[in-house]
Amino acid sequence: MTAYLEIDNVSVVFKARGKSFVAVRDVDIKVAQGEFVTIIGHSGCGKSTVLNVIAGLVDAARGGAVLAGREIDGPSPERAVVFQNHSLLPWLSCYGNVHLAVQRVFGNVESKAQVADRTQAALALVGLTHAKDKRPNEISGGMKQRVGIARALAMEPKVLLMDEPFGALDALTRANLQDALMDIQAKSRNTVVMITHDVDEAVLLSDRVVMMTNGPAATVGEVLDIDLPRPRHRLQLATDPRHHALRADILRFLHERQRHPVAA
Amino acid sequence: MPSRLKLVRDNQTEPMPDAVPANDAGTRPVPALTLPAAPSRAAAIARSSLAAVLPPLIGVSTLILIWALVAQGSDYLPGPRATLMSAIELFSDPFYSRGPNDQGIGWNLLASLGRVAQGFGMAALVGIPLGFVLGRFAMINAAFQPIVSLLRPVSPLAWLPIGLAVFQAANPAAIFTIFICSIWPMLLNTALGVASVPQDYLNVARVLRLSEWTVFTRILLPASIPYVLTGAKLALGIAWLSIVASEMLTGGVGIGFWLWDEWNNLNMEHILIAIIVIGVVGLAIEQGMNLIAKRFDYRSN
Repeated sequence: MTAYLEIDNVSVVFKARGKSFVAVRDVDIKVAQGEFVTIIGHSGCGKSTVLNVIAGLVDAARGGAVLAGREIDGPSPERAVVFQNHSLLPWLSCYGNVHLAVQRVFGNVESKAQVADRTQAALALVGLTHAKDKRPNEISGGMKQRVGIARALAMEPKVLLMDEPFGALDALTRANLQDALMDIQAKSRNTVVMITHDVDEAVLLSDRVVMMTNGPAATVGEVLDIDLPRPRHRLQLATDPRHHALRADILRFLHERQRHPVAA
Repeated sequence: MPSRLKLVRDNQTEPMPDAVPANDAGTRPVPALTLPAAPSRAAAIARSSLAAVLPPLIGVSTLILIWALVAQGSDYLPGPRATLMSAIELFSDPFYSRGPNDQGIGWNLLASLGRVAQGFGMAALVGIPLGFVLGRFAMINAAFQPIVSLLRPVSPLAWLPIGLAVFQAANPAAIFTIFICSIWPMLLNTALGVASVPQDYLNVARVLRLSEWTVFTRILLPASIPYVLTGAKLALGIAWLSIVASEMLTGGVGIGFWLWDEWNNLNMEHILIAIIVIGVVGLAIEQGMNLIAKRFDYRSN
């Protein structure tokens, strides 16, 4: 496998009140172009820290990350982030939120009409054309997250980073958005790194699942290939023995080998 | 038991008769509040607006009553009726002008409002941009913080002699006093607003690599407008408090000076009128600012 995105021996140290704290240690992850990789682990294990290193929002103390042959140095629109809490600007409409990103990435090289078209297309992709003039506080949590995904996809990033994007949603809305994301992926084959703590979500969406050990000084425990054929359907998977086996592998890792130290 | 009687009567008018045995079988008395007492909507609206108006009305009437009682036994305090008569006479011609020291109450009010507008306007022009800089750059904030902390608690009137010395004239000195006292709330609230912009929004800006100018116009400015307007509201309140006091010292035309002048004339009715007018104008300024704040707050629309 040729790595498109390579996280190479990354350690992250946080300093709080004079004490330093090793959040993640010696993390190695390789992602191929067009691959969907999920990072799973208990809360507080530093999953988001790894994602933030790729995003460039957090600096690694040791090691580094390389994307398409270039060292990652600070945040950039080529690594778009879908934040857990959507992070839409409440004073802009859905259209305005997506447009801000499109304008920043394509505004210098494309005409106003092209930028507007891209914004419309991104909203159409997530099925929100009808709500484009609504403000974030006028739409549901699931719709907000759709706008967040539209904003990230509209930037045409080299890699799409998703930080527990569906974590705050109810089960039905989450399933809905997972299906929408799979549809989008089937068409556009983005390179995606997603953080989750939901085993079913990891198996359903991923090509590979990276399982992280518990923090502090968390690192990669196991990597599991999800060789289920696509397109995947959650109802068919429910009765598929291969799906059960993969799911059981992850559960075993999380609940036998990495029992959460605090939560019972 | 009146509530029990009401309950039975209401149930008799109820279209569903099966509700009656249910209530009769109840061993506990049902509180009157939980009854489905549903008269017309209009009556409900009338009652709720009455509930909103009645308590303040009672409060104000009580104050006027006490005022009247105290005035009865006092040699110098005029009663509500005498004050009202005097006010009617005063406001029948608010814009007369008989020389610099004898002008209608309208002119005096406008003069004071004009000074507040000038001092406040200049304070906004300086304080709000400076607040943005302090909120955005921690180093500059650290440099300014001790100065602000030291000067902010100083009474506005303490600045008046400095203003008189610098400008050698009463009017600019009064405006300068307003400027100084209204700059602090705007500066501090703007800085607080900018500093408390959620990190999530700034992360969006970082991922997009927005220019500092775009961050300012698209994120910092809209996110901190509610704080800026709160600062402006506080500043106007302080400005209106201070103008009356500084005009008493500087003289000229203005509601503060007018009040002091009426004290020299021993016209107690006019002093009471001035107090009420100052209060009403202050209230109007605050309500106006509340309306503006509501209009520009992204959370409310």
